[in-house]
Amino acid sequence: MALEVTQILLNAQSPDGTVRKIAEDNLKQFQEQNLASFLVSLSHELGNNDKPPESRRLAGLILKNSLDAKDSARKQELATRWVALDPNVKGQIKTALSQTLSSTVADARHTSAQVIAKIAAIELPQGEWPELVGSLLANMGGPQLEQPAHLKQATLEALGYVCEEVSAEILAQEQVNSILTAVVQGMNSSETSNDVRLAATHALYNALDFAQTNFENDMERDYIMRVVCEATLSPDVRVRQAAFECLVSIGSTYYDKLAPYMQDIFTITSKAVKEDEEPVALQAIEFWSSICDEEIEIQEEYNGDFSGDSEVPYFQFIKQALPALAPMLLETLTKQEEDQDLEEGAWNLAMAGGTCLGLVARAVGDDVVPLVMPFVQENVSKPDWRCREAATYAFGSILEGPSLDKLTPLVNVALNFMLSAMKDENNHVKDTTAWTLGRIFEFLHGASLEAPVITQTNLPLILAVLLESIKDTPNVAEKVCGAIYFLAQGYEEGGQTSSPLSPFFQSIVHVLLATTEREDSGDSRLRTAAYETLNEVVRISTEDTAPIVMQLVPVIMGKLNHTLEMAVLSSDDREKQSELQALLCGVLQVIIQKLGATEVTRYGVVQYADQMMGLFLRVFACRSATVHEEAMLAIGALAYATGVEFGKYMSEFYRYLEMGLQNFEEYQVCAVTVGVVGDICRALDEKVLPYCDGIMTQLLKDLSSNQLHRSVKPPIFSCFGDIALAIGEHFEKYLIYAMPMLQGAAELSAQPSVGDDEMIDYNNQLRSGIFEAYSGIFQGFKSNKADLMVPYAGHILQFIENVYQDKDKDDVVTKAAIGVMGDLADTLGANAAALFKRTVFFKDFLDECISSDDQQLKETAEWAQGTISRILSA
Amino acid sequence: MAGTTLVPPGRHHKRTVSDQQKRRELALQRQKQGRRDLQHHARQLALNAPNEEQPVDLAEVNSAGSASEDAVFDYSERDEAEIGMEDAESSPESKRAALLEGARLKGLRAREFFSRQLMLPEWMVDIPPYLKKDWFIMPRPEGQRCLVISANGVTLSRQRNGRILHSFPSALPNGARTKEVAAGSHVYCILDCIFHAPDKTYYVIDMMCWRGYSLFDCTAEFRFFWMTTKLAETGALCDPSAHHHYRFSVVPVYECNVSGLQAVYSGPVPFVRDGILFYNRHALYELGVTPLVLVWKDAQCSQYLLDTDSHGNVPAYQQVVLELNSDGSVVTSDDPPVTLGALAPDFLEQNALHVRPGMLLRFAIGDQGLSLVEGKPVVADIHFQGVANKNRARRADTCTKILFQYAARHGALTVNDLLAAIEASDEEGDTSMG
Repeated sequence: MALEVTQILLNAQSPDGTVRKIAEDNLKQFQEQNLASFLVSLSHELGNNDKPPESRRLAGLILKNSLDAKDSARKQELATRWVALDPNVKGQIKTALSQTLSSTVADARHTSAQVIAKIAAIELPQGEWPELVGSLLANMGGPQLEQPAHLKQATLEALGYVCEEVSAEILAQEQVNSILTAVVQGMNSSETSNDVRLAATHALYNALDFAQTNFENDMERDYIMRVVCEATLSPDVRVRQAAFECLVSIGSTYYDKLAPYMQDIFTITSKAVKEDEEPVALQAIEFWSSICDEEIEIQEEYNGDFSGDSEVPYFQFIKQALPALAPMLLETLTKQEEDQDLEEGAWNLAMAGGTCLGLVARAVGDDVVPLVMPFVQENVSKPDWRCREAATYAFGSILEGPSLDKLTPLVNVALNFMLSAMKDENNHVKDTTAWTLGRIFEFLHGASLEAPVITQTNLPLILAVLLESIKDTPNVAEKVCGAIYFLAQGYEEGGQTSSPLSPFFQSIVHVLLATTEREDSGDSRLRTAAYETLNEVVRISTEDTAPIVMQLVPVIMGKLNHTLEMAVLSSDDREKQSELQALLCGVLQVIIQKLGATEVTRYGVVQYADQMMGLFLRVFACRSATVHEEAMLAIGALAYATGVEFGKYMSEFYRYLEMGLQNFEEYQVCAVTVGVVGDICRALDEKVLPYCDGIMTQLLKDLSSNQLHRSVKPPIFSCFGDIALAIGEHFEKYLIYAMPMLQGAAELSAQPSVGDDEMIDYNNQLRSGIFEAYSGIFQGFKSNKADLMVPYAGHILQFIENVYQDKDKDDVVTKAAIGVMGDLADTLGANAAALFKRTVFFKDFLDECISSDDQQLKETAEWAQGTISRILSA
Repeated sequence: MAGTTLVPPGRHHKRTVSDQQKRRELALQRQKQGRRDLQHHARQLALNAPNEEQPVDLAEVNSAGSASEDAVFDYSERDEAEIGMEDAESSPESKRAALLEGARLKGLRAREFFSRQLMLPEWMVDIPPYLKKDWFIMPRPEGQRCLVISANGVTLSRQRNGRILHSFPSALPNGARTKEVAAGSHVYCILDCIFHAPDKTYYVIDMMCWRGYSLFDCTAEFRFFWMTTKLAETGALCDPSAHHHYRFSVVPVYECNVSGLQAVYSGPVPFVRDGILFYNRHALYELGVTPLVLVWKDAQCSQYLLDTDSHGNVPAYQQVVLELNSDGSVVTSDDPPVTLGALAPDFLEQNALHVRPGMLLRFAIGDQGLSLVEGKPVVADIHFQGVANKNRARRADTCTKILFQYAARHGALTVNDLLAAIEASDEEGDTSMG
């Protein structure tokens, strides 16, 4: 029996807090006491045209939230709860929802379509609700029965959402065919209702993934493509935009089927770019960007080697379209908006056009240059700032892709011009010029280049201009920071005692620090850019500039200390403080890592270790996840630099370590903390033992949690290995907990993951982690607890064999697996001999690895082979 | 679906840098490297364990390390330390692997490891057969024997005690981080060199790996061919420059004939000469002491024929360093050790506080000299002098070292003996290596 919930639902939206609170409690109580009747009531509320729209909307929302959640554990829980409901109840709800699709109230129809899709997402994969698609299609009517437009619109929405929620293999091909037929009919120009056409176009967007078979068939594909292209000419701008969105998706999903349509697509996209409203024009440009993406990826995949048996054809659409495409994109560049550089997240025609031009340059290389350079030369000195900015943007956009031979002479000519353009009267021109200088340094500067653009002669001028322009407005200064970043990166050479940048090092550091102090630097990305550039400058510092880096330590510590004493009055203040602390911890991390890497400079860190650690510990009192992550990383670097001395900080630091390991929600923090546990194990060696009970408990909890993001689990297994290697035989007491976890994970990773690249990747990470754990445990037990591992040897060898047989294993896993095989033989000695004698695969595995081109793998395999043959011959 | 002015996913307008991900990745790299180093270390120790007679004495390694300055200027007893760990079981491949893994070790562990990675000559106390047919000769530069490894864009030279002598960019493959020679970690070289301080040059006397290609299991003949041709193909022999801090030079190798011997013995060389090295042309690169490489010198071709004491004076009696066994016998560091005498039980009892088994002791060889059977000393007239200077001697002397020094005082092999052997070798009509 459905209850009357209207009033409660209205009260739950009351402006009066007390009323609202009572209503919310009522709803909660109702839900807990009788879920089935609660859900039925909500579905009736949603379906009843006599009810106020406000209560219907909330009813729909609660229904939706009872079926789906963002968090995957919660989502699973809700699905289970739905499945457990009485079939009658579920039937009533579904009927109510289906009827609501024909409601005259648009909002109710729309919500109902969404809820239907949520139920479909749970039921269709289990083979339930087989009549759904049929009954929806019936709503679309036919020659004999004309259905009202609003019902068709809602039904198409529902079909679209179902396609979005359900994965392609769940629906039978005939169902897919019927859905596509209905959708394409709805999109057809003969459809008079724009709302129906729009819903159909959106639905097609979601259904494209299902249409593999249909795209194989020439007739069906032609038909779909014709309808989509026609829809781009619809009088309704919403339909045109949605149709271009479909084209963009088709461009990347069905690249190999596009050839016959490219001529037409070029015509309609260039018309849209020139004449249509901006949202449509942006999608038209996006189509070409996505074709560039495809062709860049194809080239990368085949590395320029296209033979007949390449899996994906390479049509060179961009190269063919280039003579017309390049002018079309160049034309967009002069359509800048005033002040576009001051607005974060802005996106307009000029931006999209320039971005696409950059992709075109990467796709076709040299060919783009003669088409763009006349535009650059013609416009770069014009009185209209739009022309100058457009010319500069065009030039900057094509700096990645064409060959150095082609670009170097151009850049050599342009460089001085660009440097003087940093004094242009227009802010946008300066912004784009600084960005272009950054691109020049990124792509045409570096020790590997035969004819570097930057020489001893022009470097002083370049730096003079940059160090002056960094004082410009924040948006220009931020781009200048970027330019300095790439300028520094080009001098990244190891083993040098000096760098061409050394004479300027002090001034660069000085100016960057001054930039971070600017009052206007906090409102934009400028302060971040300045600190991050400082990081890169520190990374490339050489022996002769190490003293300057050492002097930075107390300066940055002072700044960090200052943030701890900032007055925090508002949440805005709090956010600023966190951001700054994260940046400063980041800088300290980079410095610690740099100075800690060589014996000569390590004291520059170690002498401040106490103070730094003190600051980091205080920083943990701040609740921002980013700050925790950065502070953790810095502490990891400090542990590496100080080695066993780090032990004295452990008693104080430990609780933050534990906190990090408990941070399920911000899993990045958890992941970084797991890495730091490894650093600490290596630094403290067996002295980490007193903390291991706590750490292991936490790590085991993490592994058992289904709240923790799965990406943290492989590193946790690796961390087991770090701990075992550090504490050796003392790992014994954790063995009974760790081994079942490892075995369980090993079995999980052995399940086939058909065709899902992400899953294959994850399985490989998981296996690498497991192997690293086994390696650490074997090595740790080798001297006097080797026997403890005897009972597990068979399982481990079996696991290695499973991985060996898996064609999806990657190099890292292979290396780890062969290493564990050696460790097993090495640790167990004679105890493993019988096992190896009964095993056949290991010889093939060793042979394969030994004949590998990967030197590391080869050597590990040779070592393993030596070890195994030693025990077999003993 | 995209709204009207949202930036499409994956698109950026004038992208600038984001450093946070880079920081995270670099930290991860450091952690992975650290883990790999430790694992490799564990595996490496495992490899050597059967040959390791006693746990590494860290204090000893430390003191040897701190004494490296002495070692640099102390040519006289240099050869005392030329006793490496023999690693007969390990294959050439694993030797190379060992070196590469070792390259990832740090600090003390690295020093301990690298101190056993060179092939060390025996002293020539008699002339081997087939001298002319089977042997190469080269002049030995005076200086510090080093293992030079170029990998990952940096070149490291390590002295025999494992300590780093120089870390520098060089024109060896992957020896500097210049991008024109950007090379993967599989490109590396391992050279056997002597650093000659007066002209700051690394004189290459042997080559173990070139561009990742292992030469450990190649004959000396092939290694020398490779060494002379391959080094010349790089800029390593050029004068020092920004990316190449020290010059390398190949020590000329000669056939062991009369003109060859004259060249290595007294011909012009760009370095200060310290004796002659003999290489058996069939010899693979073995770690530790091998009879297939020999060193010989006389007062003409070396400033340091006779060992000196710590003040640089030649003692009246030959000094030897021997290890004390628990039964009171004192032995050389040969494998198996050769007993040269024993300390009296009552002496040991009296001095139990200062003299304990396992220690290195210094003896003088008295007027009675050595009694030889089949070219090996069976008993010696030795007189206890005291505990050996730890800074100078890390291991007991070898037999050939003692014999060579003994012969140097009592009528050694002369250059004329060598010439005669070469000429006789002509008449023998050498047939094979045997």
